[in-house]
Amino acid sequence: MAEIMSLADAVGDLVPDGATVAMEGFTHLIPFAAGHELIRQHKTDLTLARMTPDVIYDQLIGMGCVRGLIFSWGGNPGVGSLHRFRDAVEHGHPRPLELEEHSHAGMAARYAAGASGLPFGVLRGYAGSDLLAHTSVARIACPFTGEELAAVPALSPDVTVIHAQQADRKGNVGMWGITGVQREAVLAARSSIVTVEEIVDELNTTGPNHVVLPTWTVTAVAQVPGGSHPSYSMGFTTRDNAFYTEWDVISRDRNTFSAWMREFVIDTADHAAYLDKISSRADG
Amino acid sequence: MVETGPGQVTFTPDEMMTVTAARRLRNGQVCFVGIGLPSEAANLARLSHAPDVVLIYESGTIGTRPEILPLSIGDGELAEKADLVVSVPEVFSYWLQGGRIDIGFLSAAQIDRYGNLNSTVIGSYDHPDVRLPGAGGAPEIASSAGEVIVMLRQNPRSFVDSVDFVTSVGFGRHGEGRVGNVGAGPSVVITDLGVLRPDPVSHELTLVAIHPGVSVDQAVAATGWDLVVSHPLEVSEPPTSADLATLRDLQARTSEAHARREA
Repeated sequence: MAEIMSLADAVGDLVPDGATVAMEGFTHLIPFAAGHELIRQHKTDLTLARMTPDVIYDQLIGMGCVRGLIFSWGGNPGVGSLHRFRDAVEHGHPRPLELEEHSHAGMAARYAAGASGLPFGVLRGYAGSDLLAHTSVARIACPFTGEELAAVPALSPDVTVIHAQQADRKGNVGMWGITGVQREAVLAARSSIVTVEEIVDELNTTGPNHVVLPTWTVTAVAQVPGGSHPSYSMGFTTRDNAFYTEWDVISRDRNTFSAWMREFVIDTADHAAYLDKISSRADG
Repeated sequence: MVETGPGQVTFTPDEMMTVTAARRLRNGQVCFVGIGLPSEAANLARLSHAPDVVLIYESGTIGTRPEILPLSIGDGELAEKADLVVSVPEVFSYWLQGGRIDIGFLSAAQIDRYGNLNSTVIGSYDHPDVRLPGAGGAPEIASSAGEVIVMLRQNPRSFVDSVDFVTSVGFGRHGEGRVGNVGAGPSVVITDLGVLRPDPVSHELTLVAIHPGVSVDQAVAATGWDLVVSHPLEVSEPPTSADLATLRDLQARTSEAHARREA
């Protein structure tokens, strides 16, 4: 059974320094509030897994929380580069970053294998790509047809963190819209934290592509309204595309980045205070 | 702006590229779309001559009909206007690797003479000059789609003799072909200067058309290998005023929707 608790307690209890943490959400439902809480609690030496590192990992990388990154596409969607990620890879600032990179299909197969309790996933991929020489993938022959295929190792994070629209009072989690690889990432992990927009008596199950994670598959649930900003939660918030564009300027310079992180994340007590600050910036 | 003659429409090289790419899509085809230039061209096709083209984005949005172009691959607009939304593991397994995609529509930072695409690094992998975003969905789109249309602005930095990193396979480092990949690979490369196709024997990208107002010398100078030019060389059909009106409306709606909503 999932325990309903505060986000600060969930992060404090479940995310030790050095952990392998997956914070998933494919453009939609990215758990930003939880990412900020990791930064506030000075988590360090993390190995972070995520198909699309996005601004959430750019922030964690730039703050020096990250030792290793397992990923498949590290850009600012629709805008360009993730500058903190690039600074870490190109110049080792603020610390060198160990990369393990895949294609999206490879990452998806890795999580699905983790969720299935299988040692590896199989796909028709990587043939002729230079990724073969730089990542954990092996060529295998199909035992039935002899076709050459790619095998990728299961990915089983210590903790998976996601954001969802709803939980009920027992801790059953409901989400809809673009749900990416979240179900696989939660089922693959040893423990999980789910932040939600609202806690309700009964889950709404009418949204497109509705997915339920039963309470007994989740470790902790925390209510954090707006917890995906600047990403979005379909039915609750819209994607703050202007913020993603602004991030290009904020993150390009090391000092501008540090000042922004101090003002909006480190010096805000929690996500509600962060959102207050964000909305006063938008009004100003 | 390019003018094709007195009283004719005027258009930019990017508009020429987008319209040319859109015309390659036929009504009813199933198309796996990358964000950016491919997304713009695919939606232009859907809003003009190919209303029943099926657009699939890697966020799992299948049969989507966005009214504005998405900024990201997972904008709410794509999910709200989709026939169905599936998980990311599903879109890559049942739909892409399952062989249900006619056309993969890709862009990249670099392309080489054999149609290999690089979106990983400029320079060496371990000490890159520029770290690019990486593979995303491209390698399996390039390998599993029935054929691949590539859209890329043409200049000596993007059109290189040999890519720094093969992220997605065209016809291999040495033009050896599609070994180990199911789909036919790049069938056409559409740029802001013209159109290239792989030679059926050597697999080398060859200039088969130039856009109105572009010279062969310009295309050759923008290419990092000794570009073979087809004879006779076609000149692309310029955009119609209807093409341009549809494209510009789409762009205007998109920028308005993505601008900050002031309080």
